[in-house]
Amino acid sequence: MPRPGLLAAALVLAAPVAAAQQVAPQVVGDAIPASLTGQPGDAARGRAIVANRSIGLCLLCHSGPIAEERFQGDLSPSLAGAGSRWSEGQLRLRIVDGARLNADTIMPPYYRTGGVQRVARSFEGKTILSAAQVEDVVAYLATLKD
Amino acid sequence: MKVLRLGIGLAIVFAASWALAQGIVDKGVTDKRRSGTQDMGEALQKMQDDDTANPGMLFVQLGGQLWGKAAGAAGKSCADCHGGAASMKGVAARYPAIPKGTDAPVDLEGRINLCRTANQQADSFPPESRELLALAAYVAHQSRGLPIAPPDDPRLAPFRTRGQDLWKIRQGQLNLSCAICHDDNAGRKLAGVTIPEAHPTGYPIYRLEWQTLGSLKRRLRNCLAGIRAEPYAYDAAEYVMLDLFLMDRAKGMTLESPAVRP
Repeated sequence: MPRPGLLAAALVLAAPVAAAQQVAPQVVGDAIPASLTGQPGDAARGRAIVANRSIGLCLLCHSGPIAEERFQGDLSPSLAGAGSRWSEGQLRLRIVDGARLNADTIMPPYYRTGGVQRVARSFEGKTILSAAQVEDVVAYLATLKD
Repeated sequence: MKVLRLGIGLAIVFAASWALAQGIVDKGVTDKRRSGTQDMGEALQKMQDDDTANPGMLFVQLGGQLWGKAAGAAGKSCADCHGGAASMKGVAARYPAIPKGTDAPVDLEGRINLCRTANQQADSFPPESRELLALAAYVAHQSRGLPIAPPDDPRLAPFRTRGQDLWKIRQGQLNLSCAICHDDNAGRKLAGVTIPEAHPTGYPIYRLEWQTLGSLKRRLRNCLAGIRAEPYAYDAAEYVMLDLFLMDRAKGMTLESPAVRP
Protein backbone atom coordinates (compact mmCIF):
# COMPACT_ATOMS: atom_id res chain seq x y z
CA MET A 1 0.00 0.00 0.00
CA PRO A 2 1.47 3.40 -0.91
CA ARG A 3 2.16 5.68 2.01
CA PRO A 4 1.48 9.41 2.05
CA GLY A 5 5.13 10.32 2.45
CA LEU A 6 6.16 8.10 -0.41
CA LEU A 7 3.61 9.95 -2.47
CA ALA A 8 5.05 13.20 -1.22
CA ALA A 9 8.53 12.04 -2.13
CA ALA A 10 7.32 10.96 -5.54
CA LEU A 11 5.66 14.31 -6.06
CA VAL A 12 8.87 16.08 -5.19
CA LEU A 13 11.15 13.96 -7.30
CA ALA A 14 8.98 14.31 -10.34
CA ALA A 15 10.44 17.43 -11.83
CA PRO A 16 8.05 18.57 -14.50
CA VAL A 17 9.26 18.53 -18.07
CA ALA A 18 9.25 22.30 -17.76
CA ALA A 19 7.50 24.87 -19.85
CA ALA A 20 10.30 26.91 -21.21
CA GLN A 21 8.27 28.28 -24.08
CA GLN A 22 4.88 28.52 -22.44
CA VAL A 23 2.05 29.40 -24.80
CA ALA A 24 -0.89 31.55 -23.75
CA PRO A 25 -4.03 29.44 -24.20
CA GLN A 26 -7.03 31.18 -25.77
CA VAL A 27 -10.12 30.72 -23.62
CA VAL A 28 -13.48 30.79 -25.43
CA GLY A 29 -16.49 30.45 -23.13
CA ASP A 30 -15.79 27.45 -20.88
CA ALA A 31 -13.22 25.93 -23.18
CA ILE A 32 -9.82 26.26 -24.82
CA PRO A 33 -10.76 25.07 -28.30
CA ALA A 34 -7.29 25.08 -29.88
CA SER A 35 -4.50 22.61 -29.11
CA LEU A 36 -1.74 24.20 -27.01
CA THR A 37 0.85 22.79 -29.39
CA GLY A 38 -1.11 23.13 -32.61
CA GLN A 39 -0.95 19.34 -32.84
CA PRO A 40 -3.32 16.63 -31.60
CA GLY A 41 -2.10 14.75 -28.52
CA ASP A 42 -1.35 11.05 -28.24
CA ALA A 43 -3.94 9.13 -26.22
CA ALA A 44 -1.57 6.28 -25.30
CA ARG A 45 1.00 8.69 -23.90
CA GLY A 46 -1.85 10.53 -22.16
CA ARG A 47 -2.97 7.34 -20.44
CA ALA A 48 0.56 6.79 -19.14
CA ILE A 49 0.68 10.36 -17.79
CA VAL A 50 -2.68 9.96 -16.05
CA ALA A 51 -1.57 6.66 -14.49
CA ASN A 52 1.78 8.06 -13.32
CA ARG A 53 1.56 9.18 -9.71
CA SER A 54 4.47 11.57 -9.96
CA ILE A 55 3.79 13.13 -13.36
CA GLY A 56 0.05 13.37 -13.93
CA LEU A 57 -0.88 12.85 -10.28
CA CYS A 58 -4.47 12.36 -11.52
CA LEU A 59 -5.18 9.10 -9.68
CA LEU A 60 -4.25 10.59 -6.32
CA CYS A 61 -7.63 12.37 -6.35
CA HIS A 62 -9.62 10.77 -9.21
CA SER A 63 -10.44 7.20 -10.01
CA GLY A 64 -10.37 6.12 -13.62
CA PRO A 65 -10.64 3.06 -15.86
CA ILE A 66 -6.98 2.09 -15.38
CA ALA A 67 -7.36 -1.31 -13.77
CA GLU A 68 -3.66 -1.98 -13.12
CA GLU A 69 -3.44 1.00 -10.76
CA ARG A 70 -4.99 -0.37 -7.60
CA PHE A 71 -4.98 2.61 -5.26
CA GLN A 72 -7.04 5.41 -6.69
CA GLY A 73 -8.38 8.51 -4.99
CA ASP A 74 -11.97 9.43 -4.28
CA LEU A 75 -11.71 13.19 -3.67
CA SER A 76 -12.89 14.04 -7.16
CA PRO A 77 -15.22 12.69 -9.87
CA SER A 78 -14.23 9.53 -11.74
CA LEU A 79 -12.49 10.12 -15.03
CA ALA A 80 -14.67 7.41 -16.59
CA GLY A 81 -16.99 9.02 -19.12
CA ALA A 82 -15.07 12.31 -19.12
CA GLY A 83 -14.96 12.19 -22.93
CA SER A 84 -18.73 12.07 -23.17
CA ARG A 85 -19.32 14.75 -20.52
CA TRP A 86 -16.90 17.28 -21.98
CA SER A 87 -15.53 18.33 -25.35
CA GLU A 88 -11.77 18.35 -25.90
CA GLY A 89 -11.78 22.13 -25.48
CA GLN A 90 -13.66 21.91 -22.19
CA LEU A 91 -11.29 19.21 -20.92
CA ARG A 92 -8.31 21.36 -21.94
CA LEU A 93 -9.45 24.39 -19.91
CA ARG A 94 -10.23 22.21 -16.88
CA ILE A 95 -6.70 20.81 -16.96
CA VAL A 96 -4.93 24.08 -17.81
CA ASP A 97 -6.60 26.18 -15.12
CA GLY A 98 -9.84 24.92 -13.58
CA ALA A 99 -10.00 28.01 -11.36
CA ARG A 100 -11.11 29.96 -14.45
CA LEU A 101 -14.43 28.13 -14.07
CA ASN A 102 -14.58 27.63 -10.29
CA ALA A 103 -12.35 29.72 -8.04
CA ASP A 104 -12.75 27.17 -5.22
CA THR A 105 -11.71 24.13 -7.23
CA ILE A 106 -9.11 21.85 -5.64
CA MET A 107 -7.89 20.84 -9.12
CA PRO A 108 -4.30 22.04 -9.46
CA PRO A 109 -3.61 24.41 -12.36
CA TYR A 110 -1.63 22.13 -14.68
CA TYR A 111 -0.57 24.76 -17.16
CA ARG A 112 -0.40 28.02 -15.25
CA THR A 113 2.52 29.52 -13.39
CA GLY A 114 1.06 32.80 -12.17
CA GLY A 115 -1.02 33.21 -9.04
CA VAL A 116 0.66 30.45 -7.03
CA GLN A 117 2.51 31.22 -3.81
CA ARG A 118 5.55 29.78 -2.08
CA VAL A 119 6.34 27.29 -4.84
CA ALA A 120 9.31 25.04 -3.99
CA ARG A 121 12.48 26.32 -5.60
CA SER A 122 12.85 23.27 -7.84
CA PHE A 123 9.40 23.88 -9.34
CA GLU A 124 9.48 27.65 -9.53
CA GLY A 125 8.28 29.07 -12.85
CA LYS A 126 7.43 25.62 -14.14
CA THR A 127 4.03 24.24 -15.04
CA ILE A 128 2.91 20.87 -13.69
CA LEU A 129 2.62 19.48 -17.22
CA SER A 130 4.12 20.71 -20.50
CA ALA A 131 1.84 21.84 -23.32
CA ALA A 132 2.48 18.56 -25.15
CA GLN A 133 1.64 16.55 -22.02
CA VAL A 134 -1.61 18.49 -21.58
CA GLU A 135 -2.53 17.60 -25.17
CA ASP A 136 -1.73 13.92 -24.58
CA VAL A 137 -3.98 13.87 -21.49
CA VAL A 138 -6.78 15.67 -23.37
CA ALA A 139 -6.52 13.09 -26.17
CA TYR A 140 -6.71 10.23 -23.66
CA LEU A 141 -9.63 11.64 -21.66
CA ALA A 142 -11.56 12.28 -24.88
CA THR A 143 -11.48 8.50 -25.51
CA LEU A 144 -13.23 7.79 -22.17
CA LYS A 145 -16.77 7.68 -23.53
CA ASP A 146 -18.34 5.53 -20.81
CA MET B 1 -50.15 9.30 47.94
CA LYS B 2 -49.51 6.60 45.35
CA VAL B 3 -49.78 9.14 42.54
CA LEU B 4 -47.39 11.48 44.36
CA ARG B 5 -44.89 8.64 44.88
CA LEU B 6 -45.14 7.67 41.24
CA GLY B 7 -44.59 11.30 40.26
CA ILE B 8 -41.50 11.58 42.45
CA GLY B 9 -40.24 8.24 41.11
CA LEU B 10 -40.65 9.38 37.51
CA ALA B 11 -38.98 12.69 38.29
CA ILE B 12 -35.99 10.81 39.73
CA VAL B 13 -35.80 8.55 36.69
CA PHE B 14 -35.96 11.55 34.34
CA ALA B 15 -33.38 13.46 36.33
CA ALA B 16 -31.10 10.44 36.42
CA SER B 17 -31.33 9.78 32.67
CA TRP B 18 -30.85 13.48 31.92
CA ALA B 19 -27.76 13.54 34.11
CA LEU B 20 -26.49 10.38 32.39
CA ALA B 21 -27.04 11.98 28.98
CA GLN B 22 -25.12 15.07 30.08
CA GLY B 23 -22.32 12.82 31.29
CA ILE B 24 -22.16 11.20 27.87
CA VAL B 25 -21.98 14.60 26.22
CA ASP B 26 -19.24 15.67 28.62
CA LYS B 27 -17.26 12.54 27.88
CA GLY B 28 -17.25 13.51 24.22
CA VAL B 29 -19.37 10.72 22.80
CA THR B 30 -20.74 13.33 20.42
CA ASP B 31 -17.24 14.54 19.54
CA LYS B 32 -16.81 13.67 15.86
CA ARG B 33 -13.09 14.46 15.77
CA ARG B 34 -10.84 11.52 14.95
CA SER B 35 -7.28 11.02 16.06
CA GLY B 36 -4.99 9.49 13.46
CA THR B 37 -4.97 6.41 15.69
CA GLN B 38 -8.57 5.68 14.76
CA ASP B 39 -7.66 5.66 11.06
CA MET B 40 -4.96 3.00 11.58
CA GLY B 41 -5.39 -0.75 11.33
CA GLU B 42 -5.70 -2.86 14.45
CA ALA B 43 -2.10 -4.07 14.31
CA LEU B 44 -0.69 -0.53 14.44
CA GLN B 45 -3.11 0.48 17.18
CA LYS B 46 -1.88 -2.49 19.23
CA MET B 47 1.73 -1.53 18.54
CA GLN B 48 1.05 1.98 19.81
CA ASP B 49 -0.75 0.79 22.94
CA ASP B 50 1.84 -1.83 23.91
CA ASP B 51 4.83 -0.16 25.55
CA THR B 52 7.02 -3.16 24.76
CA ALA B 53 6.14 -2.92 21.05
CA ASN B 54 5.91 0.85 20.55
CA PRO B 55 9.31 1.93 19.13
CA GLY B 56 8.69 5.44 20.46
CA MET B 57 9.17 4.07 23.96
CA LEU B 58 12.88 3.51 23.23
CA PHE B 59 13.15 7.27 22.77
CA VAL B 60 11.23 7.84 25.99
CA GLN B 61 13.79 5.64 27.76
CA LEU B 62 16.69 7.53 26.23
CA GLY B 63 14.98 10.79 27.21
CA GLY B 64 14.77 9.56 30.77
CA GLN B 65 18.53 9.00 30.81
CA LEU B 66 19.20 12.46 29.36
CA TRP B 67 16.84 13.99 31.91
CA GLY B 68 19.17 12.95 34.71
CA LYS B 69 22.44 13.77 32.95
CA ALA B 70 24.31 17.00 33.74
CA ALA B 71 25.07 19.12 30.68
CA GLY B 72 26.59 22.45 29.69
CA ALA B 73 28.79 24.94 31.52
CA ALA B 74 26.26 25.06 34.37
CA GLY B 75 26.77 21.34 34.92
CA LYS B 76 23.08 20.87 35.65
CA SER B 77 20.66 18.18 34.56
CA CYS B 78 16.96 18.69 33.87
CA ALA B 79 16.26 16.81 37.08
CA ASP B 80 18.41 19.23 39.12
CA CYS B 81 15.86 21.98 38.49
CA HIS B 82 12.65 20.12 37.69
CA GLY B 83 12.93 17.05 39.89
CA GLY B 84 11.28 13.87 38.67
CA ALA B 85 9.30 13.25 35.52
CA ALA B 86 6.03 13.90 37.36
CA SER B 87 6.81 17.62 37.27
CA MET B 88 6.31 17.48 33.50
CA LYS B 89 2.78 16.09 33.72
CA GLY B 90 0.45 18.22 31.57
CA VAL B 91 3.22 20.30 29.98
CA ALA B 92 3.02 18.74 26.52
CA ALA B 93 -0.78 19.00 26.64
CA ARG B 94 -0.59 22.79 26.80
CA TYR B 95 2.40 23.73 24.62
CA PRO B 96 3.16 25.87 22.58
CA ALA B 97 3.27 28.61 25.20
CA ILE B 98 5.05 31.88 25.87
CA PRO B 99 7.97 31.33 28.27
CA LYS B 100 8.37 33.73 31.20
CA GLY B 101 10.14 36.96 30.31
CA THR B 102 9.55 36.58 26.56
CA ASP B 103 6.76 37.60 24.22
CA ALA B 104 6.77 34.93 21.52
CA PRO B 105 5.46 31.37 21.78
CA VAL B 106 7.76 28.34 21.52
CA ASP B 107 6.88 24.71 20.95
CA LEU B 108 7.94 21.93 23.29
CA GLU B 109 11.22 21.33 21.46
CA GLY B 110 11.87 25.07 21.52
CA ARG B 111 11.26 25.14 25.28
CA ILE B 112 13.69 22.27 25.82
CA ASN B 113 16.33 24.13 23.81
CA LEU B 114 15.69 27.30 25.83
CA CYS B 115 16.53 25.33 28.98
CA ARG B 116 19.63 24.00 27.24
CA THR B 117 20.99 27.42 26.31
CA ALA B 118 19.73 29.63 29.16
CA ASN B 119 19.84 27.30 32.16
CA GLN B 120 22.34 24.59 31.31
CA GLN B 121 24.51 26.93 29.24
CA ALA B 122 24.86 24.22 26.62
CA ASP B 123 24.47 24.28 22.84
CA SER B 124 20.92 23.83 21.65
CA PHE B 125 20.09 20.46 20.11
CA PRO B 126 19.76 20.51 16.30
CA PRO B 127 16.23 20.09 14.91
CA GLU B 128 15.11 16.45 14.71
CA SER B 129 18.23 15.32 16.60
CA ARG B 130 17.93 12.10 18.57
CA GLU B 131 18.51 13.91 21.87
CA LEU B 132 15.91 16.61 21.26
CA LEU B 133 13.28 14.10 20.13
CA ALA B 134 14.08 11.80 23.04
CA LEU B 135 13.65 14.57 25.62
CA ALA B 136 10.47 15.77 23.90
CA ALA B 137 9.13 12.20 23.91
CA TYR B 138 10.03 11.79 27.59
CA VAL B 139 8.25 15.01 28.52
CA ALA B 140 5.25 14.34 26.25
CA HIS B 141 4.90 10.81 27.62
CA GLN B 142 4.16 12.30 31.05
CA SER B 143 0.96 13.78 29.55
CA ARG B 144 -0.20 10.58 27.87
CA GLY B 145 -3.90 10.15 28.51
CA LEU B 146 -4.49 13.80 29.38
CA PRO B 147 -6.77 16.07 27.36
CA ILE B 148 -5.08 18.65 25.14
CA ALA B 149 -5.47 21.91 27.06
CA PRO B 150 -3.99 25.05 25.45
CA PRO B 151 -3.17 27.78 27.98
CA ASP B 152 -5.62 30.60 28.56
CA ASP B 153 -3.12 33.28 27.55
CA PRO B 154 -4.60 36.12 25.47
CA ARG B 155 -1.14 36.93 24.06
CA LEU B 156 -1.31 33.65 22.10
CA ALA B 157 -4.42 34.67 20.16
CA PRO B 158 -2.74 36.63 17.33
CA PHE B 159 -0.20 33.83 16.79
CA ARG B 160 -2.98 31.23 16.70
CA THR B 161 -4.97 33.32 14.22
CA ARG B 162 -1.92 33.59 12.00
CA GLY B 163 -1.56 29.80 12.26
CA GLN B 164 -5.14 29.42 11.08
CA ASP B 165 -4.41 31.73 8.14
CA LEU B 166 -1.40 29.60 7.21
CA TRP B 167 -3.57 26.49 7.45
CA LYS B 168 -6.01 27.93 4.94
CA ILE B 169 -3.64 29.58 2.50
CA ARG B 170 -3.11 27.87 -0.84
CA GLN B 171 0.52 27.32 -1.69
CA GLY B 172 2.95 25.33 -3.79
CA GLN B 173 2.86 24.35 -7.43
CA LEU B 174 -0.24 22.22 -6.73
CA ASN B 175 -1.96 25.29 -5.22
CA LEU B 176 -3.41 23.43 -2.23
CA SER B 177 -3.93 24.39 1.41
CA CYS B 178 -3.77 22.23 4.54
CA ALA B 179 -7.50 22.85 5.00
CA ILE B 180 -8.46 21.52 1.55
CA CYS B 181 -7.25 18.04 2.46
CA HIS B 182 -7.49 17.86 6.24
CA ASP B 183 -10.72 19.83 6.82
CA ASP B 184 -12.68 19.50 3.58
CA ASN B 185 -11.60 16.02 2.48
CA ALA B 186 -10.54 14.20 5.66
CA GLY B 187 -11.68 10.59 5.62
CA ARG B 188 -11.53 10.38 1.83
CA LYS B 189 -8.81 8.51 -0.04
CA LEU B 190 -5.79 10.23 -1.49
CA ALA B 191 -4.72 7.37 -3.73
CA GLY B 192 -5.02 4.46 -1.29
CA VAL B 193 -4.49 6.45 1.86
CA THR B 194 -7.18 7.81 4.18
CA ILE B 195 -6.64 11.54 4.67
CA PRO B 196 -6.41 12.13 8.43
CA GLU B 197 -7.93 15.10 10.25
CA ALA B 198 -4.41 16.09 11.27
CA HIS B 199 -4.81 16.43 15.02
CA PRO B 200 -1.44 16.69 16.80
CA THR B 201 -2.41 14.09 19.40
CA GLY B 202 0.72 11.96 19.40
CA TYR B 203 3.87 14.01 18.80
CA PRO B 204 6.64 13.25 18.66
CA ILE B 205 5.43 10.30 16.58
CA TYR B 206 7.20 7.13 15.50
CA ARG B 207 6.37 7.05 11.80
CA LEU B 208 7.02 3.70 10.15
CA GLU B 209 7.78 5.46 6.90
CA TRP B 210 10.55 7.43 8.61
CA GLN B 211 11.73 4.44 10.64
CA THR B 212 12.29 6.87 13.47
CA LEU B 213 10.69 9.39 15.76
CA GLY B 214 9.85 12.79 14.29
CA SER B 215 8.28 16.08 15.24
CA LEU B 216 5.15 17.86 14.03
CA LYS B 217 7.53 20.16 12.20
CA ARG B 218 8.89 17.27 10.17
CA ARG B 219 5.36 16.09 9.42
CA LEU B 220 4.32 19.56 8.25
CA ARG B 221 7.40 19.72 6.04
CA ASN B 222 6.36 16.42 4.41
CA CYS B 223 2.99 17.87 3.47
CA LEU B 224 4.58 21.08 2.16
CA ALA B 225 6.87 18.98 -0.03
CA GLY B 226 3.86 17.00 -1.22
CA ILE B 227 2.12 20.11 -2.53
CA ARG B 228 5.47 21.28 -3.97
CA ALA B 229 5.68 24.28 -1.67
CA GLU B 230 8.92 25.65 -0.23
CA PRO B 231 9.12 24.31 3.34
CA TYR B 232 9.52 26.99 6.03
CA ALA B 233 13.01 27.09 7.53
CA TYR B 234 13.43 24.72 10.48
CA ASP B 235 13.51 27.61 12.96
CA ALA B 236 10.57 29.47 11.36
CA ALA B 237 7.82 30.86 13.58
CA GLU B 238 5.26 29.50 11.11
CA TYR B 239 5.55 25.99 12.57
CA VAL B 240 4.83 27.26 16.09
CA MET B 241 1.83 29.22 14.83
CA LEU B 242 0.46 26.18 13.01
CA ASP B 243 1.10 24.09 16.14
CA LEU B 244 -0.85 26.63 18.24
CA PHE B 245 -3.77 26.54 15.81
CA LEU B 246 -3.78 22.74 15.61
CA MET B 247 -3.58 22.26 19.39
CA ASP B 248 -6.55 24.59 19.81
CA ARG B 249 -8.41 22.69 17.09
CA ALA B 250 -7.68 19.46 18.99
CA LYS B 251 -8.52 20.92 22.40
CA GLY B 252 -9.91 18.22 24.70
CA MET B 253 -8.66 15.31 22.59
CA THR B 254 -6.48 12.78 24.40
CA LEU B 255 -2.71 13.02 24.11
CA GLU B 256 -1.18 9.71 22.96
CA SER B 257 2.52 10.48 22.81
CA PRO B 258 4.57 8.76 21.62
CA ALA B 259 2.09 7.70 18.92
CA VAL B 260 2.82 5.27 16.09
CA ARG B 261 1.79 6.26 12.58
CA PRO B 262 2.13 4.53 9.20
